[in-house]
Amino acid sequence: MISLYARRRFVNAFNLAASFLTVVFGLFWLGWILWTLFAAGFDALGVAMFTENTPPPGSDGGLLNAIVGSVLMSGIATLIGTPIGIMAGTYLAEFGQRGWLGAATRFINDILLSAPSIVIGLFIYAIVVAKVRHFSGWAGALALALLVIPVVVKATENMLRLVPNSLREAAWALGAPQWRVVTMVTWRAARAGIVTGVLLAVARISGETAPLLFTALNNQFWSSDMNSPMANLPVAIFQFAMSPYEDWQRLAWGGALLITLAVLTLNIIARVLFREKNPLR
Amino acid sequence: MDTVVTPALAAENTKVAIRNLEFYYGKYQALKATTMDVPEHKVTAFIGPSGCGKSTLLRTLNRMYELYPGQRATGEIQIDGENILDSRQDLNLLRSKVGMVFQKPTPFPMSIFDNIAFGVKLYVRMSQSDLKDRVEWALRKAALWEEVKDKLQQTGTGLSGGQQQRLCIARAIAVKPQIILLDEPCSALDPISTARIEELITELKQDYTIVIVTHNMQQAARVSDYTAYMYLGELVEVGRTDTIFIKPTKRETEDYITGRFG
Repeated sequence: MISLYARRRFVNAFNLAASFLTVVFGLFWLGWILWTLFAAGFDALGVAMFTENTPPPGSDGGLLNAIVGSVLMSGIATLIGTPIGIMAGTYLAEFGQRGWLGAATRFINDILLSAPSIVIGLFIYAIVVAKVRHFSGWAGALALALLVIPVVVKATENMLRLVPNSLREAAWALGAPQWRVVTMVTWRAARAGIVTGVLLAVARISGETAPLLFTALNNQFWSSDMNSPMANLPVAIFQFAMSPYEDWQRLAWGGALLITLAVLTLNIIARVLFREKNPLR
Repeated sequence: MDTVVTPALAAENTKVAIRNLEFYYGKYQALKATTMDVPEHKVTAFIGPSGCGKSTLLRTLNRMYELYPGQRATGEIQIDGENILDSRQDLNLLRSKVGMVFQKPTPFPMSIFDNIAFGVKLYVRMSQSDLKDRVEWALRKAALWEEVKDKLQQTGTGLSGGQQQRLCIARAIAVKPQIILLDEPCSALDPISTARIEELITELKQDYTIVIVTHNMQQAARVSDYTAYMYLGELVEVGRTDTIFIKPTKRETEDYITGRFG
């Protein structure tokens, strides 16, 4: 009896210590990355970063055109991807439970969710860039939209499935047609979760480089024309970081820190929203 | 076993006539050839042990089972002489006529006012002031008005369990159905809230035909005029509540009611 109990206590302590160490291990690298980013990127963060365009090597400048390009393309991608994602997710959760179409869509969506983003970039290159024969902001936004859709589909479906059936039955019992049940009751009940899913999708695309390399390319100059190549943070960082010029490298660090902080903020907003507003928890 | 319509029921106006109703969950038969009448403007209680089919029977009356694939009913259920199991029956219209309140309170994630207005707006186009009157009327009927009249714009999920359940009853009344189905409406509530809802049921039967499923036999005895005892998917006995509780004709009913069951 006693020895069994002592053994159990030991196993418990051992496993607790092991899980604690793995947490420390993970946090250690994360902390190191953040520390390096801050140390190298902090002095590049300044007013100039937000007011001046990307400079030629050897002169001062900022990342204004890249920031604007990133915000434009991510924004348009979110505007395209969110409605499609929410509708598809709603179909999967509310209508497509029975037939083969739902199962097939769910399977394909899971593949799309884990598809390497460079494949998405190449796809848009093949069907858009190669056809119109030039890189463009639209192509970049389309590639990012394709990354938004599966994330939003998955989040919407999962959140709608958390809505208890008793709530749907209650709405049905009043004689509400299915589209009213979905728009007035289940969407509302899952609203915080769906918004969280969209925010996480935005966080995911804001750091993507690969899909933009083949679509929006980059632009050294100011341009808000979606029909021409467009500057963006990830590709600018990639280009500047690989360059031999020290001031370009400094800007790359600054840009990397900026993206990280933006993603961090989005994630925190998503968490706060989900915790405070989710009636299902 | 033959299920016979008890003669006592012949004295009442029949609102719902159930004839040879059978119900299947996939291959499993949950209701066996059930025939009974539900009298108008009375409270009819379904009692019986868990799994006896009383909730199943209730859910056929507004065809709630249609939400789930593989569930089906055969036979006839006539409401005012019309067979609602007919495939041409419009389900939404049926449900606007046959309201339902569930075991757990299910307020919608919207304001108290909108909770009530939701069902009303589905079928009637009315001015904002008429809508306000209707909401107040329903909340008064459900004995909730005094408690919520100053916070109609607050969310319905913030109310207590008993208040939420009365909100659900108000929501069902607001669309002016003819029949109200109550599926163990008090099983998640404390005794005080239960007493309020029982009073409410007694008041509501002036205007509505009420069918209640309950696990609580005292509750059936308190609120119902007619009681149907079910066991293993069969309707064992149906009759006036006082007769069923004092002098049931079947031995099984007596065993269940006196607690000598099983």
